[in-house]
Amino acid sequence: MILLELFLIFLKIGAFTFGGGYSMIAMIQYESEQHGWLSQSELVDFVALSESTPGPLAVNMATFVGMKTGGLLGAVLATLGVVLPSFVIILIIAKCYERFKSSRTVGAVMSGLKPAVVGMIGTALLSVGRTVFFPSGLQADRFTQASFWVFLGIFAVSAVLVFKKVNPIKIILLSAAVGIGAGYSLNL
Amino acid sequence: MIPLIQREVCDNKKWMKEQDILDIVAIAESTPGPIAINAATFVGFRTSGFLGAALATLGVVLPSFLIISLISLVLTEFQSVRAVQYAFMGIRAAVLALILKALWMMFRVSKKNAFSYFIMAAVLVLTAFVKIDAVYVIIGCALFGLLWTLLMRKGHSDDTA
Repeated sequence: MILLELFLIFLKIGAFTFGGGYSMIAMIQYESEQHGWLSQSELVDFVALSESTPGPLAVNMATFVGMKTGGLLGAVLATLGVVLPSFVIILIIAKCYERFKSSRTVGAVMSGLKPAVVGMIGTALLSVGRTVFFPSGLQADRFTQASFWVFLGIFAVSAVLVFKKVNPIKIILLSAAVGIGAGYSLNL
Repeated sequence: MIPLIQREVCDNKKWMKEQDILDIVAIAESTPGPIAINAATFVGFRTSGFLGAALATLGVVLPSFLIISLISLVLTEFQSVRAVQYAFMGIRAAVLALILKALWMMFRVSKKNAFSYFIMAAVLVLTAFVKIDAVYVIIGCALFGLLWTLLMRKGHSDDTA
C-alpha cells in the first residue's frame, strides 16, 4: 500500500507544483509530516544534496523519498508519479500550443499562480529557517548557544556569496567545511 | 538548463528554431511540474511525436534517478559519521541562503500590485501557519486569479461603455 501511496502523492505533487523545485519544498514537507517519510533536517540535507547533483529537484526528491520509504520499486513509482502529470499535460498542449500561448484564461490563472509561488517559497524559507536555527523549538537560551551564532554566520556569508552568483556547489562545500571545523572545535 | 537545450536542439541538431525555445520557456512556466521535464516532453513531441516525447523525458529523468538512487544507498551508511553530521549542519545554513535567493528571484519578476501582494501573503499564512494542504491553496489561487481578471475586465468594459 505504501507503494500506491507514494505514486499517488507524487502524482499530486507533480500536478500542482508551479515555478520550479523550491516551491515544491513546502509541499513535500507537508506530505512528509503527514506520512512520516523524512524528518525536517533530512529534508533540508536532501535539498542540499540535490542542489549539488544534476537533474531537476522534483525528480531527485521523488527518487530519494521513494527509495527511502519503498526501496527501488518505491523510487520508480514516486519518480513516475512526479513526471506523469507534466508529460501528459505537455502532450496535450503541444498539439494546440498556439491557442494555449495566447489564451486569456491561461493568463488569468497564471496571474493568481505566479504570486502564489512566491508565498510557497516563503513558507519553505520559514520552515528551513526553523530547522536551521531552532531545531528543538523556540527557546530563549538558544541565543546563548554557540551553534546558533555559527549557523547565523554561515547563513550570512552564504547569502552574500549566493547573491554574488557564486556557484551553489562551491557554497555548499565551503559551508560543509566550516560546519566540520566549527563542529569539532566547539564540540557542538 | 534552457541555454543548454537551446544549444543542442537549435544550433547542433537544428530540430527547432530559436523562437520555439521562447515558447518552450513560456509553456514550461505556465504548466505544472519540473521545467526540465516539460521542456524534454515538448521538444520530443514536436520533433518525433509520442515516442520522441517518451524517450526525451526518460532521457532527462534517468541520470537523476540513477545518481540519487546510489546516493541514497550510501547516505544511510555515512549519516552516523560525526564529521558528516557536522558538514550537514553547516550545509543546512547554506541551503537557507539558496532558498532566500530563489524567493528574491521570484519576487523580482512578480507583478507589484495589491492583488499580487495579497496572494503572496495569503499563501504564506495558509501554508506556513494554518498548514492547509498546498494543493487546495494552489487551486484557490488559480480560481482567484481567473475571477479577479474577469471582474477587472468587466469593470473596465463597463467604464468604456
